Amino acid sequence: MWAYILRRLVQAIPVLIGISLLTFFLVYYLPADPARMYAGPSATAETVARIRHELGLDQPFWVQYGRYIERLLHGDLGFSYRKQIAVTQLILSRIPYTLALIAGGVFFELLIGLTVGIISAIGRGRWPDRIGMFIALLGVSTPPFWLGLLLLYTLGYLVPIFPLSGASSPLHLVLPAVTAGLGGAAWYARMMRSSMLDVLSNDYVRTARGKGLTSFRVIFRHVVPNALNPIITMAGMDIPWFIGGVVLVERVFNWPGIGRMAVEAIETVDVPLILGTVIFTAIMVVISGILIDVVQSVVDPRLRYRTGSSDAAY
Amino acid sequence: MTVTQIKTPQPRVTRPKDEAGVTRPALSAPAGDSYFVMAWRRLRRDRAAMAGAVLIGLIVLAAICAPLLAPHDPTEQFRDGLSKDGQPIASTLLTQGSWRFPLGTDANGRDLFSRILFGARVSLIVGVLANALAIGIGTLIGSVAGYFGNPLETLLMRFTDIMMAFPTLLLAMTLVAILKPSLWIIIMVIGLVYWTWIARVIYGQVVALRQRDFVVASRAIGSPRLYTLTRHILPQLVPTIIVWGTLGIATNVMLEASLSYLGIGVQPPTPSWGGMIQQAQSYYRTAPWMVIFPGAAIMITIFAFNLLGDGLRDALDPSQKGKL
Repeated sequence: MWAYILRRLVQAIPVLIGISLLTFFLVYYLPADPARMYAGPSATAETVARIRHELGLDQPFWVQYGRYIERLLHGDLGFSYRKQIAVTQLILSRIPYTLALIAGGVFFELLIGLTVGIISAIGRGRWPDRIGMFIALLGVSTPPFWLGLLLLYTLGYLVPIFPLSGASSPLHLVLPAVTAGLGGAAWYARMMRSSMLDVLSNDYVRTARGKGLTSFRVIFRHVVPNALNPIITMAGMDIPWFIGGVVLVERVFNWPGIGRMAVEAIETVDVPLILGTVIFTAIMVVISGILIDVVQSVVDPRLRYRTGSSDAAY
Repeated sequence: MTVTQIKTPQPRVTRPKDEAGVTRPALSAPAGDSYFVMAWRRLRRDRAAMAGAVLIGLIVLAAICAPLLAPHDPTEQFRDGLSKDGQPIASTLLTQGSWRFPLGTDANGRDLFSRILFGARVSLIVGVLANALAIGIGTLIGSVAGYFGNPLETLLMRFTDIMMAFPTLLLAMTLVAILKPSLWIIIMVIGLVYWTWIARVIYGQVVALRQRDFVVASRAIGSPRLYTLTRHILPQLVPTIIVWGTLGIATNVMLEASLSYLGIGVQPPTPSWGGMIQQAQSYYRTAPWMVIFPGAAIMITIFAFNLLGDGLRDALDPSQKGKL
C-alpha cells in the first residue's frame, strides 16, 4: 500500500515540474510590463528600470525560473504587486472559503447525482428514467453563472430565504454550493446510470436475485458499491472542471475564495498572484488526483498492481 | 476502466422497449449497406437527436440571418429603450403589446432580442472553430502517442497530463488575459485547453487498435507505419471524431460564455451571450430579463448540441445504446 502511494507521488514529480515550467513560461512572456504595473502609472522610466532590476525581471528566463522554484520549495510564492502582501498569505486567507464551497458543491453533486442515477437505472426506459435523464441533460447544458443568478433572483430576492451575497454564515453557503454542484450532479447522474446498467448485467447480480434477496438489498448491497468504482475515477478527472465552475460561482455570489481572487489578479495584471493561484490550484489537482487513486486502490485492491494507474483511466 | 472490464455480452436484466415505445425490428439492414448508412438510419429514428439537429439548424439560421431577423442594430442605444429614470425596460410585447423591444432592453437601452440574435454568431463561430482546432490537435497527439509507442508515447501523454492538471477555465482565463481578448485569440485558447480530452479518448482507442489483426497485417505486408496509421487506423476513429465534434461544441460554447461572463471574452460592443449576462449581473433584481434571455439562449444551444451528440454516439456505437 505504502509502496503504491510512494510510486504515485514519484510519478507526480515530472507533472509538477512541467506545471511550474509552463506557468512560468506563460507569465515570462506576458506582454504587460509587471515593473510598470508595480511602479504605478506616474513613475519615471528610471524608477521602472530600478524596480525591474529589484524584482529580478531583467534576469534571463532560467535564472528567474530557478529563483522562483527555490522560493516555491520554501512555500514562498512571491509578493503581490498590487496588494503588497505575500501571495502565500493571500491564498491561505482565501482557501478556507473555497474549500467550504468545494465541499458543499461536492455534497450536492453526489447527493443529487447519485440519487437520480440510481433511480434512472432501476427504472430504465420508464418515466422516472426519461424524466431524470432529460433533467440531467438540461443540467449539463446550464451555465453555472446563469443558474446562480436565477437562484439569487428567485430564492434571494423574490422569496428572500437566502442572503444575496457575503460569506458570514452557513446559510450564505447554500446557494453557491447548490450552484456549484448542480452541473456536476447532472453529469454524475448520467455516469451513475450508465455504470449501474453495466453492473446490473453481471452474473452475480442475477445470482443475488436468484437466491431470493429483496430488490433493495440487491441494489444497495451488490450493484451500487460496484457501480461506484468508475464514478471515483470520474471524480478524479472532474476536479479541473469543477474548479472552473467554482471560479464562476465565486464571481456570481461575490464569494471571497481563490477563484474570485484569480479573476481580480488577471484584471489587474498582478503576475505573482496569477502565477501563484494557477500553480497552487494545479498542485491541488495533482494531489487530489493521487488521493482519489489511493481511495480507489483501497476500494479495489486489484488496481494497486497495475503499473501507471492513472493511465488505466484512458 | 472497470466499466469495460466487467462488461460481458448478455441479455439485460430488464429489456426495455426502445424510445418509440414499440419493439423495434432487428437492425439487420439489407446486405451491402455501409456502416454509416446504417448509423444514419438509426439516427433518423432517434427523435431526441433529430430534435437537437432541428434546434441546431434553427440557431445556425438565426445567426446567419441575424441582420434580416433583428428588428434593430444590436449596438444602437435607443432613447426610448430606457425608462425615465434611466432603467432598462421590460418586454414591450407584454407591457404595451408592441413589437418595439420584444424581449426588453439592456442597461444601455439596446434591444435585447437583436443582441441575442447577433450573439449567436459569436457562440457558434467560437464553438465550432475552437472545437475543430481541439480535435485536430487532440487527434494528432492522441494517435501519434498511441501508435508510435515510446518514447513519444510517454512524452506526449505526460504533456497531456500536465495540461490536464490545470483547471480548464483558469488556464483559459490566464491565456486570454496574456494574449489580450479578441475573437481569434479566444478560439485559439479554447482549442488549446480543450484538446487534452480528445487526445485521451483517441489515445485509448489507438492503443486498442494497434493490436488488431488488420493493423498487424498491414505492417506485415510492409506498409510504412505512417501509411498504416493514416489509411487503416484513422478511418476507425471517424465515429469518435464525429461524436466529439458535436459534444465538444457544446463544451466550447459553455467555455466561451464563461470567459465572456468573466469579462475576458469577446469585447464589447460586439454582443456575446456571456457578456450580456455580465452586464446583467448588476441589474438582476430590477431587470431579470437581462439575465434570463441570454442565459436561455446559451442553455438551448448547448442542449441542442448535447442532444445530437448523444444521439450520434448511440447511432455510431449501437452496443452502447441507451447507456449514457
